[in-house]
Amino acid sequence: MLRALYAYRGFILGNIKREFQSRYQNSLLGAAWNVINPLAMILIYTVIFSGVMRAKLPGANTTFAYSVYLCAGVLTWGLFTEIVGRSQNVFLDNANLLKKINFPRLCLPVTILGSAILNFCIIFGLFVAFLIISGNFPGLVFLALIPILAILIVFAIGLGMTLGVMNVFFRDVGQFFGIFLQFWFWLTPIVYPRNVIPERFQHLLEFNPMAGVVGACQTILVEHRYPSWPSLLPCAILGIVLCFIGMNLFRKHVGEMVDEL
Amino acid sequence: MGAIVVKNVGKAYKDYPTRWHRLAEWILPGSRKRHSLKWVLQDIDFTVAPGEAVGIIGFNGAGKSTLLKMITGTTQPTTGSISLSGRVAAMLELGMGFHPDFTGRQNVYMAGQLLGYSGEQINGLMKDIEAFAEIGEYIDMPVRVYSSGMQVRLAFSVATAVRPDILIIDEALSVGDAYFQHKSFDRIREFRAQGTTLLLVSHDKQAIQSICDRAILLNQGNIAHEGKPEAVMDYYNALLAQREGHLIEIKQTELEDGTLQTVSGTGEATVSEIALINEKGVAAQTLNVGEKVRLRIQVDVRKDLKTLILGYGIKDRLGQVMYGTNTAHTRQPVNDVRAGQRLTYDCDFPLNLGPGTYSIQTALVNSETHLDENYEWRDLALVFQIVNMDKTDFIGSSWLEPKIGISLK
Repeated sequence: MLRALYAYRGFILGNIKREFQSRYQNSLLGAAWNVINPLAMILIYTVIFSGVMRAKLPGANTTFAYSVYLCAGVLTWGLFTEIVGRSQNVFLDNANLLKKINFPRLCLPVTILGSAILNFCIIFGLFVAFLIISGNFPGLVFLALIPILAILIVFAIGLGMTLGVMNVFFRDVGQFFGIFLQFWFWLTPIVYPRNVIPERFQHLLEFNPMAGVVGACQTILVEHRYPSWPSLLPCAILGIVLCFIGMNLFRKHVGEMVDEL
Repeated sequence: MGAIVVKNVGKAYKDYPTRWHRLAEWILPGSRKRHSLKWVLQDIDFTVAPGEAVGIIGFNGAGKSTLLKMITGTTQPTTGSISLSGRVAAMLELGMGFHPDFTGRQNVYMAGQLLGYSGEQINGLMKDIEAFAEIGEYIDMPVRVYSSGMQVRLAFSVATAVRPDILIIDEALSVGDAYFQHKSFDRIREFRAQGTTLLLVSHDKQAIQSICDRAILLNQGNIAHEGKPEAVMDYYNALLAQREGHLIEIKQTELEDGTLQTVSGTGEATVSEIALINEKGVAAQTLNVGEKVRLRIQVDVRKDLKTLILGYGIKDRLGQVMYGTNTAHTRQPVNDVRAGQRLTYDCDFPLNLGPGTYSIQTALVNSETHLDENYEWRDLALVFQIVNMDKTDFIGSSWLEPKIGISLK
């Protein structure tokens, strides 16, 4: 399977490039929209919530610290939703291609992965540049983000593949997950700090795999500390299990898929 | 290289009573089958030899496209196996799975990469592809603004940029204009001459007859007929008439020279005798270019009929109609004929055709389209030859005698 993907590397890389280019081509501001969107969101949340939240934020109580806290959460959450959201529709969106040409179907999710990571690198790069300029760069701790993001990506692609295959046969999956994501966003401490949740409910966050990952990023970027690694374990295990389920579903139903599109 | 072997292939879609049944089958352990199979193709068995050209015909929904999809590998057969050898280029339906937001050029790269070319190879081919497609500056515009003809032009140019071992084309070409059709068929012929195997789905009789060595007729998911394109086409036309809701018997009999004659119809009237009578008044099967002939057709009537119309057509060796007319066009319908009567039609005309073998088909109907009420339709009712005995040499299928004046200054 990996060999097939390697043989089609030209197609995958070309796809990522074309996708990137076509974002420029059809809009006046082009790639700027990649940045403007999360920026607007961060601005809104900062304006609305900073007054309420910053006092609750451990280690820092400036509006600025709250923005950093928001960015750490919103950007990683953005990477997660881009991968999952697009993976779940990947086969439906490419029905035209799948019906006409025979090629390793896995090229499509790999393309999404590549293009999501590319987009994330651009915006996160800007964020990091901003941190450096403002003197908030966490230093060596920053490197701890790499394994965390790797876990996040594994989790996202596992979930995305599972949903992607199911969505071909049960279109409800796409509808349902769109709603589910909204709840999930607010059930994860992204906009608000963890400690605004009443104490007796806080342990429930352990059942939210995204809370661990997002929390770890926030710890690194806001408090400049290493995160508690065990909090990442649920997400990592769940990610591997989902990848396994996703691949299994994919293998079992890839032949049937074209008939359903 | 270039062989296609299709062995006992069948395709069925899973048919679940409701979506919930599918969910149950997925989720519940020890799953029993909760679907029934809906067969769209069954027992498809044929081989295409390297370098051969085979046409697939059939009504809409006969399973042609599904068969091609399985051959190209976009969908899997439920039973049986398919094997191909060599590089395959396929054009299924419109376009090549072009992405509407990408420009033509980007799509060429994408399609090329999917066909296994590297970026550099495509750079090298790009000029040829652009030149062959002839879509001008549209190449740098998004495909969504293309007309369907432009999409086909581009898709065909990409698919055939490098000669494949097997070329598979599904109808698509009929979308192009006459100019591009000619151009693409020239390219297909060129490939054939170099040894490419061709599999063509088309409703275009002319395309099938002029390019293919063999034709396969699919009907209701089965191979209904297979053989020489003319014979299969005749059978197809007869089936077409049958589908119009008339109970028609279709018979194919082998003539002495091995060709198949198709006779179909409801049988209220039948051609009992047919002959071409030459200038000397003798029935002949070898005639001279430009000879004045009489086509005599005798029709036996078996039931009382309100109207009877005779039609006939002269076809060349490939089955192309050279000339055809009927007594509705000439305003000579015969009304109220009785059972047991015999009619004799004498059609006089000069045989202004080029040398070659021709056949005559006859049709006995009650209105000018033979599909309305088809009493009898007889292909290859008469086969004759035209030789050039006394005219100056010429080529082509018509005899258009010129008087050539030459002036020299």
